[in-house]
Amino acid sequence: MIGYIVHRLMVMIPTLLIVSALVFIIIQLPPGDFFETQIAEMKARGEGVDLNQIELLRRTYGFDKPLYAQYFGWLFGMVQGDFGHSFAHNRPVTELIGERMLLTFIVSFATIVFIWVVSFAIGTYTATRQYSLGDHFATFMGYLGLATPNFLLALVLMYLANAWFDTSIGGIMDDQFRNQPWTWAKAWSVLEHLWIPVIVIGTSGTAGMIRRLRANLLDELQKQYVVTGRAKGLPPRRLLWKYPLRVSLNPFIADIGSILPDVVSGSAIVAVVLNLDITGRMLLEALAAQDMFLAGSFLMFLSVLVVIGTLLSDLALAVLDPRIRLTGGPAK
Amino acid sequence: MNDHGAGGERLTHFVSQEPFNPVIDAELTPEQERFYMASQWRLMWWKLRRHKLAVIAGGILLLLYLSALFAEVVSPYELSHRNRTHIFAPPQPIHLFDKGRFVGPFVYGFDRSVDPNDLRRVYTPNPEKVQPLRFFCSGGYRGADYEFWGLFDGDFHLFCPAEKSATVFLLGTDRLGRDMFSRIIYGARISLSVGLAGITLSFLLGIVIGGIAGYYGGWIDNVIQRFIEVLRSFPRLPLWMALSAAIPAKASPVAVYFAITLIIALLDWPGLARAVRSKLLALREEDFATAAELLGASPRRIIGRHLVPSFASHLIASATLAIPEMILAETALSFLGLGLRPPITSWGVLLQETLNIQAITITPWIMTPVIPVILTVLAFNFLGDGLRDAADPYK
Repeated sequence: MIGYIVHRLMVMIPTLLIVSALVFIIIQLPPGDFFETQIAEMKARGEGVDLNQIELLRRTYGFDKPLYAQYFGWLFGMVQGDFGHSFAHNRPVTELIGERMLLTFIVSFATIVFIWVVSFAIGTYTATRQYSLGDHFATFMGYLGLATPNFLLALVLMYLANAWFDTSIGGIMDDQFRNQPWTWAKAWSVLEHLWIPVIVIGTSGTAGMIRRLRANLLDELQKQYVVTGRAKGLPPRRLLWKYPLRVSLNPFIADIGSILPDVVSGSAIVAVVLNLDITGRMLLEALAAQDMFLAGSFLMFLSVLVVIGTLLSDLALAVLDPRIRLTGGPAK
Repeated sequence: MNDHGAGGERLTHFVSQEPFNPVIDAELTPEQERFYMASQWRLMWWKLRRHKLAVIAGGILLLLYLSALFAEVVSPYELSHRNRTHIFAPPQPIHLFDKGRFVGPFVYGFDRSVDPNDLRRVYTPNPEKVQPLRFFCSGGYRGADYEFWGLFDGDFHLFCPAEKSATVFLLGTDRLGRDMFSRIIYGARISLSVGLAGITLSFLLGIVIGGIAGYYGGWIDNVIQRFIEVLRSFPRLPLWMALSAAIPAKASPVAVYFAITLIIALLDWPGLARAVRSKLLALREEDFATAAELLGASPRRIIGRHLVPSFASHLIASATLAIPEMILAETALSFLGLGLRPPITSWGVLLQETLNIQAITITPWIMTPVIPVILTVLAFNFLGDGLRDAADPYK
């Protein structure tokens, strides 16, 4: 087991290195840099531009160095917890994104829990009552849930809430708590607002998970040991809970690796629609303004969230599934 | 044991008078023969045909693509025609009966007024103004003229408003008075073609890279596998956003279109490459692959001539399931203002208008591009599911 953990951790390091290199290349892709954009803007407004000062700033942030030196500077900075400086906001990136990252994490985690709870209930129901009215209804809703992109769902919900209840469902907390230190009241306010984004982001993942759980459970219920158990008179509930359900819960852990990127992606765009103070809008603005350290930190953070989530799910799977623990690789 | 009838009576001994045919078990009825002689693609078609939902979905997609192809004819108004007198006009539903009398498809004309409180334009349908639709009609109103595919001038439409002053806004108009229905039809041209162009690119990448990994194996396979894993662990949308932010603001609309397609395909091929690889790994151990190799065929020929055709059906199924993701990606990017930009009109570009929640409360019909998006994605999913089931007709 320890060998497996070490192995997985060792694999993670090169992965993160490649991720960071890709992120760096991507944020360097737009032609020019933040200062050039700003010079052009200031010239367009007819303001005088102090080129010397800009040159000084460029040198301070190492823009005059070759690319690989900039990359390593950025990388080592991040390892030490220094994510660079946001030019547009003129503040260290760490100050800007700290709370947003925490909220992104909370939203993603809550979404995963939501997916688990809902798909467990509906998946078990539909598999034990195959081809019933409820099963058909759930299957239909599942298709619809898979096909509806989450930002459109958010849009429609926003409209319905506005039209029917005359309230806004946007935001991740009440306005008075924004940019305030954390208190119980603030945490409660976040909890109150959390359910809308969680439902919106989690719908497609839930639909997919229900399908997998249903298929797994149906497969399992046809096996001989279940028939034997039923024949010798086990109570139905016990027959279901004892083995078939446990075996078919495998994707709950195993699929985190594929669901998490979708959840994080979804949170980025839903945040823009629902006006949440998580990564979405600030990432969008940072990308548009070529605020490269800010954009890079966001991208890096979202990827790390996914990589670590996948690692945790792999480790959890190893604990649960001796085949993986003993052979040292996921049995897929 | 069983030679006693129900009543216990002994049955008469039966001997067939027909001449003895020793191969009767091996003979086939004409239907069976047709089945066994059918090609793999024919079998797949038969199996797909039984999948009702997939057939319906295929029909809907055909309809959508056809109307995108002939957008100029299907839509009553030209893409950028502005009805200056009808800004934010609500949808005009089609009626068949007027005061109990059958008149055929018609719409009620508008009475325009201005709300004295907030100076908003108010349009009220006037039951006196019965405006029957004309079908297969030739222009005669403003906004009817178009250039078909930018090549020929024309003014022929599937349906038009009754006369010069009449209007037909099935889904209302936007803030510049442009007909939403027409814009959605024109937008389909871009949105639907992005999916096809993207899947072509990602297909090529997936087959080539997956093919190399699966055929050669060893360290090449390992490197490609690791790279695919890294790519898949990225949350895609933020990456797409970052990449499309790199498209220069001055780029021409056509360049932006191709850049967006390329960006979407760049992140989509890993899924296909994985499918290709795993199939290849299994198939290259088959006898026919070894035979081809012993006969001196080059790797490229073995992959292209022998291996790919034997799992082409699976590839088509997974491609069909990948197209809606691309359409959604384009919609999401354009919606965020990072993808296509006006004057190019796609469903995502149309939906950009809805980012203002105040606007959609007053004029909810500008959200209607949501419907074709969901319809398309659903149809592709059903068709893809059907294809996947049909892909292996021998099962």
